[in-house]
Amino acid sequence: MSASSRTCRYLLYFANEHIEFKIAELKSLASLYNIKLDLHEACIDKKDPFLVVDLPSEDGAIQIMSRTLLVRSAYELWGQGKSHEEMYRNLAAFHTDRMAPYFSANTTFKIMVESFNKTITQKEKVQRIEELPQDILKFEGKVNLKNPVHIFTLMEYYGHVGTTPPDKPLAVYFGRWICDGQRDKISYFNLQKRHFIANTTMDPGLSLIMSNLARVKQNSLVFDPFVGTGSLLVSAAHHGAYIIGTDIDYLLLHAKSKPSRARQKKRASDESVQANFGQYRLESQYLDVLVADASCHKLWRPMIHFDAIITDPPYGIREGAKRVGKDAEDEEKSSLQDEFPKRIPRLRDYHLSDIFLDLLDFSAKHLQMHGRLVYWLPVDRLDYKEENLPSHPCLQLIANCEQVLNSKVSRRLITMEKVREFQENGGMTARVEVDHYQDATFRERYFRPTNLTNDEDN
Amino acid sequence: MKLITHNMLTSNIIKGVTKGYPLGIIPRKVEVKDVDYNPEFLARMIPNMDWSAVCKAAKDVGHDEGLPKEIAPNFTENDEFLKAAHHVLLEIDVVEGDLVCPETGRKFPVSNGVPNMLLKEEEA
Repeated sequence: MSASSRTCRYLLYFANEHIEFKIAELKSLASLYNIKLDLHEACIDKKDPFLVVDLPSEDGAIQIMSRTLLVRSAYELWGQGKSHEEMYRNLAAFHTDRMAPYFSANTTFKIMVESFNKTITQKEKVQRIEELPQDILKFEGKVNLKNPVHIFTLMEYYGHVGTTPPDKPLAVYFGRWICDGQRDKISYFNLQKRHFIANTTMDPGLSLIMSNLARVKQNSLVFDPFVGTGSLLVSAAHHGAYIIGTDIDYLLLHAKSKPSRARQKKRASDESVQANFGQYRLESQYLDVLVADASCHKLWRPMIHFDAIITDPPYGIREGAKRVGKDAEDEEKSSLQDEFPKRIPRLRDYHLSDIFLDLLDFSAKHLQMHGRLVYWLPVDRLDYKEENLPSHPCLQLIANCEQVLNSKVSRRLITMEKVREFQENGGMTARVEVDHYQDATFRERYFRPTNLTNDEDN
Repeated sequence: MKLITHNMLTSNIIKGVTKGYPLGIIPRKVEVKDVDYNPEFLARMIPNMDWSAVCKAAKDVGHDEGLPKEIAPNFTENDEFLKAAHHVLLEIDVVEGDLVCPETGRKFPVSNGVPNMLLKEEEA
């Protein structure tokens, strides 16, 4: 067996952000590329940014890194230990045939030192490099700090962020840098530069993560039934999908709603969902957005199947509270409604639980087999229990990751996969064991005062 | 609205309607836009298309000239067919007009390229 085809150990260095999502994202990407990945999830400390994984090949690591938002960098792991000494011993046992090509006199390299939860000085870094065992690391190439062919990194872990770092690191790693993940895309898709946004536009990092959880790939057909300004679909299109969205908000889809940017009085005439795709040169993958009611499933031919459904259903926190009386803003709104008198029917209340049950029923019918539904479920943290999750006989729960919004409420990113064909009249409907929103709407829960803050003051 | 999307839509959302397919198109403004040609995506989509509905829609918008009446056998390798399909499904955009329910004649307006499929409470 050649060295390159042997399973090898890789070190993934995660960003210290959205740590609740990191394992779910990693597993989704591994399954997207059919990469065998064995994780002992129960043993994983999410607050530790270093994760050692066995992968069949370096190509697999490169594929995962071509999509991940949550892994900062990937390394071929040469040595690890609970101390520098243990790491050196481990390094001595690493395959020499794997190291040899990088020691060649014809190449250039540099060694970096990184530490987590402790700042170490430049002097200390140089000292760490000088201490590395030269009888094992027989580098003969030239050091090139600016543009080396190979980069090696010594990493030291000093515990969770916010804890007092110990004198000696808790873990030490040495590896060959392979590549970085896609964290630069977060600024590329920065919302401040986005042409058309609204109050609930999803932040670009999270929408790219959602697209990863949904296993969106080249030529996928992806649907968002609550499309808004299309932010989730921009991410899906970036991953190669063709996209369709619907929204019940006529004024928003026609960019006639109140602008969301401070100091902006009126929306520009060229603001539209489509313009957001043009901005990133993804317009060829924009199919359409429609004004439609997501609860009317018969809008779609029965044989239409999406590869993924990604959505952030409305749960009514950021919609401004209604006010009594008429002011300038109301006048503006009513003049808009005069402009489209017949097109804006009176919107009825859509009970939050019904939104989710409808969404699961729709997904069971209109997802491809093994297609995924990824959506946000807002919950009250104190009351939430597993029984609040809607379920469907055709859909299997893949991941349930919490994003804490404040001490009272969070939203959970739910990933489900279609594992069974839907049959009409088969009694296959979505259900929820315990309705989380029965006693109070999410908005009421969000704004309900609690004793928590008082307790903290005491 | 592109014709690929039109091919997916029905008016069976209207109360009592069961044969709401395909929707007629009354075009008022139709544009032809450049879209990158991607034969792999088309090959994925074409088996799920109702091709007679594609032909009818193309005729409604006046762009049916030279369009094959049936899906070509071995279409995945038939570049000529795929290019025709690409043009009709992805490049023709109904910007202004109406979609018409074939059973009731109910019109769904398209403005700025966005169809409005909302119903009044009593219609749903």
